[in-house]
Amino acid sequence: MIEVRDLSIGYGGQVLLHDLTFDVPEGDVFVILGGSGSGKSTLLRHMVGLEQPMAGIVHFDCAPPGLVDSGPPFGVLFQSGALFGSMTLAQNVGLPLQKWSTLDASAIDTIVRTKLRLVGLEGYENHLPAELSGGMKKRAGLARAMALDPPLLFLDEPSAGLDPVSSAELDDLILALNVSLGATFVIVSHELQSIFAIGRQCIMLDKDAGGIIARGNPAELRDHSDNPRVIAFFKRQALAA
Amino acid sequence: MSASAFQVERVDHDSEHTEFRFSGRLSFRDLYQSWSQVRDLLAAHPPSVRFDLSQVEALDGGATALLLELKSEVVEKGAEADIVGASGRVRAMLDLYGHHPKRPHLQDPPKKIGILDQIGRETLTMFAESNALDYAGDVVVASANAARAPRSINWRDVTRLMERAGADGLPIVLLISFLVGLVTAFQAAVQLRQFGANIFVADLVALSITRELGPLMTAIIVAGRSGAAFSAELGTMKVSEEIDALRTLGLDPYLFLVFPRVIALVLVMPLLTLFADIVGVLGGLLVALLGLDLTVNAYLLETRNALKLWDVGSGMLKSVVFGLSVALIACQRGLATHGGAEGVGRSTTSAVVSSLFALVVLDAIFTMLFNAFGW
Repeated sequence: MIEVRDLSIGYGGQVLLHDLTFDVPEGDVFVILGGSGSGKSTLLRHMVGLEQPMAGIVHFDCAPPGLVDSGPPFGVLFQSGALFGSMTLAQNVGLPLQKWSTLDASAIDTIVRTKLRLVGLEGYENHLPAELSGGMKKRAGLARAMALDPPLLFLDEPSAGLDPVSSAELDDLILALNVSLGATFVIVSHELQSIFAIGRQCIMLDKDAGGIIARGNPAELRDHSDNPRVIAFFKRQALAA
Repeated sequence: MSASAFQVERVDHDSEHTEFRFSGRLSFRDLYQSWSQVRDLLAAHPPSVRFDLSQVEALDGGATALLLELKSEVVEKGAEADIVGASGRVRAMLDLYGHHPKRPHLQDPPKKIGILDQIGRETLTMFAESNALDYAGDVVVASANAARAPRSINWRDVTRLMERAGADGLPIVLLISFLVGLVTAFQAAVQLRQFGANIFVADLVALSITRELGPLMTAIIVAGRSGAAFSAELGTMKVSEEIDALRTLGLDPYLFLVFPRVIALVLVMPLLTLFADIVGVLGGLLVALLGLDLTVNAYLLETRNALKLWDVGSGMLKSVVFGLSVALIACQRGLATHGGAEGVGRSTTSAVVSSLFALVVLDAIFTMLFNAFGW
């Protein structure tokens, strides 16, 4: 579904990550792991086309979103939710539907309510983002990202800042969407519990190595990797200075 | 030597070994106050130095940093240095701070540069950050897309933005214009009265307000109000990833955010200018009534005789261009924002200053053109 080949990314002529090559298979829950500052979110921004890579390509092979014939084939949940502050939740979630579908207002309203119900925010349709907590904003951002039923969803730190119960509910929702819609997920995370709960494949980025230091199933990496940085990450150990 | 809460003494065992015995409570404040004396004690030390902390009762973070720095200095000079005798919390503090080795700076500290160099760098940075050419290209492409599919513009926001820029800004525009008309009339009256030409105050006020001051003052107020608001709004959206979110939803930020603002200002500016013209003339009328013994009818008749339709029309034409430039500059600065809250402040300031500069330049160009063509 996604092929990343020889991707080098960075800023101002300085390479942050180089020669990244990996595939995200269709229907997978693919996790991009790594410590703070390792370039996980930057890689995600390059994958969705918000930044131009220094070299290499990201190739998508996606069907159009489920609800419409055209439009972006993926949805993105940003770290902060990135909801439009001057719009209510319903308007935020309904915006891609207004842009890309010919549905009438009542049909859009129905879909918006359904999406908000899925993320546990039914009843908050007329609230402005400023009236919500950080976790609620993130869930509303997820509702907007999946408004068009895209076959591919990019989630940047979806469970960061959520309480354990909300985090587990979000994990369950991701798995349910993965099973029911067959949606592929690319998730940036360093929340170990979430990673083991939902991740099927992963790559681990490292700042010092400037690239991928491990790839595979998260649980297998935890149990069998002999890379000290991988071991330290999964076992929550400090690295020796 | 001794300080308020700690003491340190130097013990020279032989020509090769020296020991510094610290005792008492070692806090950053006390140690720093005596720092030069401590370093004096350390001067001309032998090849082997020991810092004995066995009598130290307490050590805070800052004092630990200073002690470790002292040890590093000795080592850098080629001598051996050890910290010994520490136990309990003092040992734990040393372990904690000593556990993190020194790393070189990832980026060199900014160098001191001369004033000319600084001006050059700032100018280059300003051009690089403004992305003016990219922006102009994006606006042209978005305009072509909008012309092909006018419904792709976010029309829903246009009325809201017109209300904010127009109706909400009207009171301040009226007040300023009235005062400008009043002041212009006063200044004119002082001169014209000497020649018994009081009635020509009406001509002077009417022409200067409609052709120059009305559109210019209105544009300045709009730049300060709406230009700053547009820039801050878009800048905040940029730093909170809302612009990125728009792009990932397949929405063009130019059609969704920039064009509604440009259209709103282009539509609102002539209306505000017309109101400013009327109220400016009324300001002159007040001076004429109270200070020049003119009647309302005489003043208004003279105003009507002095004004041609083009005088008002040229002002409104200017105001359209002014509105266009204020909106485009403000949106450009907003979209170019980076660097969090400080960046938003910087782009807002830049939007207002650049708009004012552009307004004055455009006004000068209009004046020269109108003169050249005899309009």
